[in-house]
Amino acid sequence: MPADRKDGRIVIVGASLAGLRAAEALREEGFTGSLTVVGDEPHPPYDRPPLSKQVLLGQATADTLELPMRWDPDAEWRLGVRATGVDLLAKRVMLDDGESLPYDRLLITTGTRARSWPNPEEGTLDGVFTLRTREDGAGLAERLTARPERVLVIGGGFTGSEIASACRELGLEVTVAERGPAPLVGALGGTLSKLAAVMQRNHGVDLRTGVTVTALNGNGSFTGAQLSDGSRVEADVCVVALGAVRNVEWLADSGLAAGPRGIACDAGCRAFNMYGIVTDDVFVAGDVSRFPHPLFGYQMLSLEHWGNAVEQAEVAAHNMVSPGPLQRPHLAIPVFWSTQFGLNIKSVGVPTYSDHVVIAQGSLEARRLAMVYGYRGRVTAAVTVDMAKSLDYYRHLIETAAPFPPPPGALDRAIAADIPIPSAVPDPSVLSHGPTVALTGHLPDRRLTVV
Amino acid sequence: MRTVVDLTRCQGYAQCVFLAPEVFELHGEEGLLYATAVPDDQAERVRQAAAACPVQAILLGEEVSTGAR
Repeated sequence: MPADRKDGRIVIVGASLAGLRAAEALREEGFTGSLTVVGDEPHPPYDRPPLSKQVLLGQATADTLELPMRWDPDAEWRLGVRATGVDLLAKRVMLDDGESLPYDRLLITTGTRARSWPNPEEGTLDGVFTLRTREDGAGLAERLTARPERVLVIGGGFTGSEIASACRELGLEVTVAERGPAPLVGALGGTLSKLAAVMQRNHGVDLRTGVTVTALNGNGSFTGAQLSDGSRVEADVCVVALGAVRNVEWLADSGLAAGPRGIACDAGCRAFNMYGIVTDDVFVAGDVSRFPHPLFGYQMLSLEHWGNAVEQAEVAAHNMVSPGPLQRPHLAIPVFWSTQFGLNIKSVGVPTYSDHVVIAQGSLEARRLAMVYGYRGRVTAAVTVDMAKSLDYYRHLIETAAPFPPPPGALDRAIAADIPIPSAVPDPSVLSHGPTVALTGHLPDRRLTVV
Repeated sequence: MRTVVDLTRCQGYAQCVFLAPEVFELHGEEGLLYATAVPDDQAERVRQAAAACPVQAILLGEEVSTGAR
């Protein structure tokens, strides 16, 4: 490695939000060496959240979502090329076109992909979609424009719920099949998920909970599905919204600590190898990473959050060009948002890291509230529904480990704030849709048991 | 010109909706939807919207030039 960390060769594998922001930040931090960004999609970095919202509603097309570049990172972009492996000793990234790229420091931002339907024959029926890429968004939007009779959404997580919301807004019939007791239960716990269920039903969604889809039917084209309760849903479009899979397979032989939950790294975004030893020259950022967070018991956090991709990429870039004592940790509080059924849902902290909740402002009935989550007497998360301006206040409570239930201070603190109820976070092993935030240690209310 | 809104920062003040309604739109009370590709005739309005955002959540930039290999 060159003595000057601001020079040399940096390769970024992954050309989406985290890859782009890291490339920009490297130059901002004064990196003057050569920079190569490898991406398996043929497109320059684009924004994915609008795919399940504006694009389905017909307010934007999937090919107009390119992310703005604040300044040109003067990178060599290798798009439409898949990285197939890393040789940590020779310090080279192998590509599927046969080439390999030498590096002095490597940043991995390969993110996630949509979990596909487990039966490949059923999953490739015409009319069956997942929603992750530009092509997915364009294809699904086109199909919705053709006014299908009914859309079946498998999975009631954020993506599935947003798709169902868009369908209803377009006046389309939609069925949501969710394995858990209510939509969003894996992300928000039992109480708020009840509101999510009411919202869906009030907007005319045919919501089926506590069921799984056992088979997709069709002869060439999708015609319907069998459910585990013996019923059948006739539909001509199906969206598989069962969460995301981390893109780590290409690292299987690399010796890095890469697994289904992501690539383990330290708080400074430095990747661990398979022995848990930190590397000096391999960094990780965005959805594909898992990192320890002191506010949540130092459990490893896997986040699929837009803001995390941005902030972690910036920390990784800083640390890649800074000597050890000047490196800084990525300790941002997780923040997530969703827009569905006319509601703005925002979360700060980790709602699943909780044992109790209180409604600190507003009410379920008003469809406007701030729900605060606590674990062992301190505030660990908050979720607002159409109350985004309150979020900073609760973020401060989380950062300062404020006592739970939270102290007075909010404007219309309801009497309900004094009565904590169980947060009813489900056992992740029974979830069907992937939660957008995963603690990869043990849930706080569950002890390790010997079986 | 391209735009992206950091919706983790957005608090629904809706200043952008007033200043550039062809690019920014509220969905319900405070959910924000926006067009990422800014039409040329909207560029000045979007710059004003970015400047007026109380939480500075609107980011403007150019398209990524992937250049020649």
